[in-house]
Amino acid sequence: MLEIDVDKRLGDFRLDVKVDFEVSGIVALFGRSGSGKTSLVNLLAGLLRPDRGRIAVDGRLLFDGAARVDLPPERRRLGYVFQDARLFPHLDVRDNLLYGRRRVPRAERASDRFRQVDLERVVALLGLQALLGRRPRDLSGGEKQRVALGRALLSAPSLLLMDEPLAALDQARKEEVLPFVEALRDELGIPIVYVSHSMDEILRLADSMVLLSEGRAVAYGPLEELTSRLDLRPLTGRYEAGAVISVTVAGLDLAYGLSELRFAGGSLLVPRLSAPIGSRLRLRIRARDVSLALSPPGGLSIQNVLPAVVADIGGESGLSDDGGEARPQVDVRLDLNGAALWARVTRRALDELQLAPGKAVYALIKTSAIDRFSLGRPPGRRFLPPG
Amino acid sequence: MLDPAELEALLLSLRVGFWSVLCSLPVGLAAAWLLARREFPGKALLDGLVHLPLVLPPVVVGYLLLLGFGRQGPLGALLQDWFGVTLAFTWQGAALASAVMAFPLMVRAMRLSIEAVDRSLEAAARTLGSGPLQVFATVTLPLMAPGILAGAILGFARSLGEFGATITFVSNIPGETRTLPNALYTYTQQIDGEGPALRLAAISIVLALLALAGSELLARRLKRRLAD
Repeated sequence: MLEIDVDKRLGDFRLDVKVDFEVSGIVALFGRSGSGKTSLVNLLAGLLRPDRGRIAVDGRLLFDGAARVDLPPERRRLGYVFQDARLFPHLDVRDNLLYGRRRVPRAERASDRFRQVDLERVVALLGLQALLGRRPRDLSGGEKQRVALGRALLSAPSLLLMDEPLAALDQARKEEVLPFVEALRDELGIPIVYVSHSMDEILRLADSMVLLSEGRAVAYGPLEELTSRLDLRPLTGRYEAGAVISVTVAGLDLAYGLSELRFAGGSLLVPRLSAPIGSRLRLRIRARDVSLALSPPGGLSIQNVLPAVVADIGGESGLSDDGGEARPQVDVRLDLNGAALWARVTRRALDELQLAPGKAVYALIKTSAIDRFSLGRPPGRRFLPPG
Repeated sequence: MLDPAELEALLLSLRVGFWSVLCSLPVGLAAAWLLARREFPGKALLDGLVHLPLVLPPVVVGYLLLLGFGRQGPLGALLQDWFGVTLAFTWQGAALASAVMAFPLMVRAMRLSIEAVDRSLEAAARTLGSGPLQVFATVTLPLMAPGILAGAILGFARSLGEFGATITFVSNIPGETRTLPNALYTYTQQIDGEGPALRLAAISIVLALLALAGSELLARRLKRRLAD
């Protein structure tokens, strides 16, 4: 359990976060740039000092302004993976990896947490064998980030903080590091707070999410729930906005190279996945990839046609932020037998179809709209979408 | 190659330079760290004080040292009573004069190298379990090591050339305080002293060039090292 109740003024910006949550698996800390994500993580790590408040991890008090408790960073026992790897340039990879491990307090060396990770295991898990003798300047961006990950892990932290560890990498490098983060989650079971402004990463890695906006924690909950909430719409992102649903791989059509995914609202055909039948996946369907029809259309190339009921219409999202000029598009929330889905339609279509809550419609989803970046995997199973 | 008097002056100069650098290094490091990293009342004053020997006439520095550390001086008497150490008119005094004169250059080089150390690396070291002192020893110091060496060489070179403060504070005693510049000065005061003076000048030039080459070499290594 991570208990946060802090106040911190940084120039004109005020961070005022109050949120308690259970860290199991990966919890995403999501917000736009400037929402205070990094500052919050620095407060947790002890690199920034709150003006007032309280921070506790699993009942262990890290900071309490009233009780004058303020553990220095070196005694908080939290791992921190920075956006820039911050490897020590004067040490080789091996000494970088062991830097934190050599400084684990004697009293903790008997703990399971310390003993379940050692150099050998981390090197194997993160594929660092060939890098051990190298200097940081001879590593690629992805390799540096893997070493930084290993270095933090080897210090046997009670919690791992990751501050946009992939943000400085290009897409290819991201794909190189992501499986390793998944491996950490699945094989070491270390709780991770993962800061990101990328829904792709969060979808792929996280189970639950804390939403941060303008220095405040706005919401906390499972990914599926937060992405389907209308009031959080402006925060979860406009262009990339979409619903997250949990699906089960139900079948495979070898002739056409399609996989069938089943969820509460019906079944979906998507380009073939390498996941075995029966495995559970998380799928994001972007609002802009969903169209609506009043009756089941014929003569259509779109394979996924699902009956749905209009649950809600994002009225306010039709207005610009200052409330003046009308935006051309509206997001419509659909209810598919309990599962939420979003459709982005024009205001004109909204009027022509006379869409209103309770109205029965058909949701049309292009098969090709669901790509490997829309897929995530809940913890516990190994799965990589085809490259 | 060198006659006994020249050798004596050269060895004395090297000894004075070595000790002046060795003793002023920790003090210089502390001053550099304070100036680079800390905000405190009187920082401008400390900054000015550190740089004073750079702008004061060396004779003035020497005279002030004589006032303070001479046999009758308050600090000199204290050292004499407590430790039995005499600075006035001894080679140790020459080392002190050199150290004071070289101090600003040394602090400057080290301060620049501290400022070049990426503080985010120190923060990372803190999260990995190092306390502030350990961070300094395992991250800051290794990263600024080339700067420390450069500062030491600069200070050493400066102390080899120290003349004004030395001759004022500890005079020009053969075998005790007659360093290379003092010896050279002595020859210039003698009839037929041009030859030996020229030889000493040549020795000084060679020494200075060696120090310069060393510092250049280290500066390059520093650049390479920080190019992460």
